Amino acid sequence: MSIVAQLPVLPIVMPIMAAPITLLLPRGRAPHLWACLFTWLTFAACIALFREVAATGPISYALGDWAPPIGIEYRIDLANALVLLLVSGIASVVFPFAYRSVQLEVDQRQTPLFYGALLICMTGLLGVTITGDAFNVFVFLEISSLSTYALIAMGARRDRRALTAAFNYLVMGTIGATFFVIGIGLLYQSTGTLNMADLAQQLIGQDNRMVQAGFAFILVGMGLKLAMFPMHLWLPNAYTYAPSAVTAFLAATATKVAVYVIIRFFFSVFNFDFAFIGAAFTYVLLPLGLAGMFVASFVAVFQEDVKRMLAYSSVAQIGYMLLGLSFATVEGLTASLVHIFNHALMKAALFMAVACVVLRSGSHSIHAFAGLSKRMPVTTWAFIISGLSLIGVPLTVGFISKWYLLNAAFAAGHWYAGFLIVASSLIALAYIGRVAEVMLLKEPADDGKFVLPKEEAPLSMLVPMWILVAANIYFGVRTDLTGDIATRAAEALMMMAGGAP
Amino acid sequence: MISPAFAIPLSLALPIAGCFAIWLLDKQPNLREAATLITGALLFLLALIVFGAVGSGAQPGFILFEVIDGLPISFKAEPLGAMFGVIASGLWFVDSVYSIGYMRGNNEKHQTRFYMSFAVAISAAMGVAYAANLFTLFIFYEVLTLSTFPLVTHKGDEKAAKGGRIYLGVLMATSIGLLLPAIVWTYAITGTTEFTDGGIMAAHSEAVGPIAGVLLGLYAFGIGKAALMPVHPWLPNAMVAPTPVSAFLHAVAVVKAGVFSILKVAVYVFGIDFLRDTGASIPFMWIAAGSILLASAIAMHKDNLKARLAYSTVSQLSYVTLGAMLATSMGVMGGAMQIAAHALGKMTLFMCAGAIYTAHHKTLVSEMRGLGRVMPFTFGAFFLGAMSIIGLPPMAGSWPKFFLMLGAADAGQLAIIAVLMISSILNVIYLLSIPVQAFYMNPAVGDAKPQGAGGASIQWGALKEAPILTLAPPLFTATGAFLLFFFADPLYNYLSPLIGGQ
Repeated sequence: MSIVAQLPVLPIVMPIMAAPITLLLPRGRAPHLWACLFTWLTFAACIALFREVAATGPISYALGDWAPPIGIEYRIDLANALVLLLVSGIASVVFPFAYRSVQLEVDQRQTPLFYGALLICMTGLLGVTITGDAFNVFVFLEISSLSTYALIAMGARRDRRALTAAFNYLVMGTIGATFFVIGIGLLYQSTGTLNMADLAQQLIGQDNRMVQAGFAFILVGMGLKLAMFPMHLWLPNAYTYAPSAVTAFLAATATKVAVYVIIRFFFSVFNFDFAFIGAAFTYVLLPLGLAGMFVASFVAVFQEDVKRMLAYSSVAQIGYMLLGLSFATVEGLTASLVHIFNHALMKAALFMAVACVVLRSGSHSIHAFAGLSKRMPVTTWAFIISGLSLIGVPLTVGFISKWYLLNAAFAAGHWYAGFLIVASSLIALAYIGRVAEVMLLKEPADDGKFVLPKEEAPLSMLVPMWILVAANIYFGVRTDLTGDIATRAAEALMMMAGGAP
Repeated sequence: MISPAFAIPLSLALPIAGCFAIWLLDKQPNLREAATLITGALLFLLALIVFGAVGSGAQPGFILFEVIDGLPISFKAEPLGAMFGVIASGLWFVDSVYSIGYMRGNNEKHQTRFYMSFAVAISAAMGVAYAANLFTLFIFYEVLTLSTFPLVTHKGDEKAAKGGRIYLGVLMATSIGLLLPAIVWTYAITGTTEFTDGGIMAAHSEAVGPIAGVLLGLYAFGIGKAALMPVHPWLPNAMVAPTPVSAFLHAVAVVKAGVFSILKVAVYVFGIDFLRDTGASIPFMWIAAGSILLASAIAMHKDNLKARLAYSTVSQLSYVTLGAMLATSMGVMGGAMQIAAHALGKMTLFMCAGAIYTAHHKTLVSEMRGLGRVMPFTFGAFFLGAMSIIGLPPMAGSWPKFFLMLGAADAGQLAIIAVLMISSILNVIYLLSIPVQAFYMNPAVGDAKPQGAGGASIQWGALKEAPILTLAPPLFTATGAFLLFFFADPLYNYLSPLIGGQ
């Protein structure tokens, strides 16, 4: 039994074993280094897995050697290999970044707990992505959610409102997870199986009330987890009051994984033979995606708090992903997958820049950003470049996303959606431009309300942040990894769903 | 000798290298300016190499790499782009000389940042000039917008911030909101964004036909840099920038990149035959004509010299748009020549405005009465530049007007000829009146002695001229506008592949 044969299970086993050990380590550097080490190992495993899948096709792994559909199956194809790569990659950059930021924002006694929870959160997200078992999705979803509630609550050292934000998210998240598990239960009721591939087989021809209800529960449950407008109300507070490093990690990964689950269920479990799938695309995802793009972007423009502004922007960006897949074409699905990847890069970099500002000025209010270009130029430019990426300026990943989305919209004949996409980008121009102008041209107020940063953020934060900024540019000019892989993944998914390739 | 195909990527990389050199020489102003000038001179040589190769019938090209399937960042020089490349690089050198005189004469701050942004902007302008497809064009178009933003907001005060906000807001909103969807739509229909002789739409006339007018409108207004009314407000607002920026970027590089893109889209994307057959361009021809007259009318009411010149630019840019929208060979030729002629003429006028400001700190036209007697060279250059803009022989500006009238006659649009005539009369009123007043009228009472002549470094008898580095460049470009008049035939032959000639 070679280690290579066990590769699919490594991204889960390694961090979940490491997490409890984190708690036993002495306070200080040790838990951080330990956690970092395991994110890197996990990332390496995910890269190996990705290469394997890209070269030889989907991999199926029977956990504990219990053959599916009875045993739990890990099933990795290009779509989830890409998401695995994304989650572990972001983790391996955000974890090293976190140290100084966490030192400031989280109670010193809680640091072992913090890094342990962060590792578990990552494991949960990876598990949701990797598994081919519907109930296993729920289990990992709860693992990641529970640790997320704890992580958000740890922001209470700086702002007590983190506690209500975490509680609010706990209530909403639990409702979402409950809906999801009810949906799984209904599907189990009518098919007697939990394995996704087997479910797809058993569901053929079963367009009955129970399956329809199951689908609806799954859609609403996941809609809550991915902050689909108008079920996004938990998100702005959770992102605003969580410790900055947690926000950077969650914004880049948590909602993306939930979008992936939607894609998986829409295309691999159900298929286009079900009339309700088409209806869900046309009457749920398309209008809600568009509404989210506009309402959330518009709200973002009027935020005084940069973190909250970016949180609303996340809700809007999720709208793009939903819009892309609602076209139900290869181009649309490709655009969604590409944007999942690209948006993670830009949002993580933006929230990391905010974390740097918080470290030096103690605030994420827009007033704390005044005149920052003179005091923290490296952070300022990281924010501006990632912001341009969010707007969709050429040579950044945001542009690639916009291009794929627009192309999908025009190719699918939804030309009005094309114009709505760019109109919504212009609102992004307004809110990013507002912060950029304050940073570049405004003199800091001299009323002593905000601490003036005396120096640039430490290298341990700047380097990871700029790695992501560089990724924003690199993947903005080379799309071999994102575009080509996403296209192949989308074609495979469309084939499974029986749609036109 | 550098091969033309290699000169293209080099002319994009060279200004970036120059930008780094300028940054490294931050503390030694003389060496720093030398870096700018050397970069400018080399860039001009590269542009000449490309220009020469295109003139002998070659179309040197270069593919950087493919970004998305079927969408490479690639470059190919054709006559119009090669001409724009020569104009942009040559006038950048002239403007750099002028900048040194102006920026030092006025003790401007952040000069290193100024020259660095300039270098990035010229690299982007060269990218626009040589772009082989819409995708590449769009990338460099956006880089040009962003790299000129620090120049517009150079002063850093509240007024500069407001101007910069409108500048960036209008240019980004039009390019992302209209131009990008237009390009993607084109790509979705035709499967390519490559600039092709005769256009790419004709082969897909069934799909494009019904939306040709809409698509052309997206391009016409999406290319905000062409300042077709009503997307022009960024241009007057960009005048908060130091004058060398207005002279070069907002009379040559940025605005010409806009009208250049319009011409490229009309000729190589739609194809003028397709435009004429569908009649899609007729409404935009009238919008351009309206823009010409309206902007001139506004310019007449502006007392601030730079604001007046800005509106004059809005008006003159629409000549190029008009030429493209006439959808006739002569119209396109007129538009293409207007790019060259207006660049020389308008740059002269702006540099004169800067020289007047440097020497006497005057910005209002009404304050300039009698000033011609102490600044005869500056106002002499202004006079020549104004003549060229109006279109009076023997200045270069007369040829584009001539070809545009021919084009309008070919298209059977006699009203357009009237528009062009009225516009020239308006130009006479608001441009020629300035040097005439400066030479023949007495200074207003209470202002008998031109004050604030501290910036004037040439004081010779009654003469109080600007420093030589701010005076020589406008004289040079004015001479250029005069000489170009006699080279209309070679230029016509050079550009003739654009209209299907050999």
